[in-house]
Amino acid sequence: MADVNVMHRIARLVPPGSRVLDLGCGDGALLAHLRDERQCTGYGVEIDDAKVHACLKRGVNVLQLNLEDGLSMFGDDAFDVVLQIDTLQHLRNAETMLRETARVGRAGIVAFPNFAHWPNRLAVLQGRMPVTKRLPYQWYDTPNIRVGTYADFEVLARSCGLRIEDSFGLHEGQEIRSLPNLLASTAVFKFNN
Amino acid sequence: MPGLPLGGPGFLFWSPACGVKPVIVTPQTFRFSEPLPLRSGAVLPAYELKVETYGILNADQSNAVLICHALNASHHVAGFHADEHGQPIARSEGWWHNMIGPGKAVDTNRWFVIGVNNLGSCFGSTGPSHTNPATGQPWGADFPVVTVEDWVDAQARLLDAMGIRTLAAVMGGSLGGMQTLSWTLQYPDRVRHAVVVASAPNLTAENIAFNEVARRAIVTDPDFHGGHYLREGTLPRRGLRIARMIGHITYLSDDVMNEKFGRKTQTPTLPAARGSLPPEGADPAWGGPAPDRVSAGEPYRYSTQDVEFQIESYLRYQGDKFSEYFDANTYLLITRALDYFDPAREHDGNLSAALARATAKFLLISFSTDWRFSPARSREIVKALLENKRDVSYAEIDAPHGHDAFLLDDPRYHAAVRSYFEQTVAAAVPAEVTHG
Repeated sequence: MADVNVMHRIARLVPPGSRVLDLGCGDGALLAHLRDERQCTGYGVEIDDAKVHACLKRGVNVLQLNLEDGLSMFGDDAFDVVLQIDTLQHLRNAETMLRETARVGRAGIVAFPNFAHWPNRLAVLQGRMPVTKRLPYQWYDTPNIRVGTYADFEVLARSCGLRIEDSFGLHEGQEIRSLPNLLASTAVFKFNN
Repeated sequence: MPGLPLGGPGFLFWSPACGVKPVIVTPQTFRFSEPLPLRSGAVLPAYELKVETYGILNADQSNAVLICHALNASHHVAGFHADEHGQPIARSEGWWHNMIGPGKAVDTNRWFVIGVNNLGSCFGSTGPSHTNPATGQPWGADFPVVTVEDWVDAQARLLDAMGIRTLAAVMGGSLGGMQTLSWTLQYPDRVRHAVVVASAPNLTAENIAFNEVARRAIVTDPDFHGGHYLREGTLPRRGLRIARMIGHITYLSDDVMNEKFGRKTQTPTLPAARGSLPPEGADPAWGGPAPDRVSAGEPYRYSTQDVEFQIESYLRYQGDKFSEYFDANTYLLITRALDYFDPAREHDGNLSAALARATAKFLLISFSTDWRFSPARSREIVKALLENKRDVSYAEIDAPHGHDAFLLDDPRYHAAVRSYFEQTVAAAVPAEVTHG
């Protein structure tokens, strides 16, 4: 999630001083922000060599692990908050990971591209998969192997027994609280187990 | 346990053309007269440690980095030794020369790096080839069994002697990684950071098994004489050769061996003695690249004892070379130290409980094709540190070179170490030493 506004918005959901686990932490920017601005501690998990190195350059704790191997490394309720920011859509075992996120964290924050955002709907109505700023890939080379909607996630969260504490959409750096499934390019959920 | 890396990037020859003035280093000897109690219950009455240092210790002694060595390495970590004219001796560079030095991942313009040879070694610190003061004879098999913990105790005394209270970092690979881990448990308040590379919280049964085969090769050599071969004026070279051959196989990966040697056969006409040929791609001074007969389609020799395949020649060469400079009793002692290391043992096998004492920040690194100290073993340490809520980073480098990868200069690996030192280790050091 490159957008700084979006990062700050998500960071505000994390209580100061929390112990956090950031799954798919990328270059560690969010973790560094949480450390510097909200006195959080914790770890990022990342598989990509270059991103792991970027984290080390920021001085944040990073663990080079494959999320597809699960979270057996982490104990139950080991973290105050587990973050999955733009990670869910890359995971083959997305449901398992969601359940695991809930197991290792007292709270979870998930953000992912909302496929039901109206420009995407429009593209599909025209018979084409969407290519947008938020979903910039052609269907045949996208790393997003799971596409889901804001509304879909509510269903999955319920079936996983998660209690949604807050949820909203994000678009162009703005919080979208009315009709997020239609009007937001990003879906954000904060839940407890 | 460093093996001599295979050809290609693994060979690090100093060349005058490389532009950077080589760092010349001279070993120092520290003598300790206070007896050292050992884990076995034995006591080493007095001992010497061979030490090399690189860089400058800053005024508040906050930039000291201790490097722990693995099986067949020494205090000679980096830089070159000089000849009588003060000129660098070719191929005398330290075993972690690609990692440590001015401007390198562990930058000796900033860090004061200490290399120390472990007790029981054959490279200068007190060991089984030295004279036992009680008998006036070489210690031989009577040299007491030393453990990783004993080595760390001796290293701590060395720091006392050097006036260094706290280490900015301890770093080591393989058996050196075990010492690094042990430092954080034995002297938690003296270690700020621990860099543990290609290591494990203990050896698996398979790993002990390899060590045992190596030891049996040595002990059953008729020249071993119960470990008192020096008194007999002999050396158990055959045993050492085989021990090294076994070790060497385990430090490589199937892929890298296949790529390097495959099923290539060996011509028997190179200058070196039969079965003692240099590896493919070796420096010409060692006999030149070994030709193979694959392209010529030459037939097998149908011999059970001649060298037929290049891999055989390579292993024999490595074994021969090793047997000329390494001491058999040292090999036994060091493999035993590996076997014994198991900090979780005092905690009913609970590594997390064992690591509760550690307060250092950790960087762990493993290599995907290392089957002797596999990534899974490093992850066990990571997990135990997580359970103790310790600061830890972990990089798993996808490299083809097996255990030897920790001695090679993979750019991702070195970048990880460099960034960790620059960002995390340096964050705790107030002043920067700059010179030259």
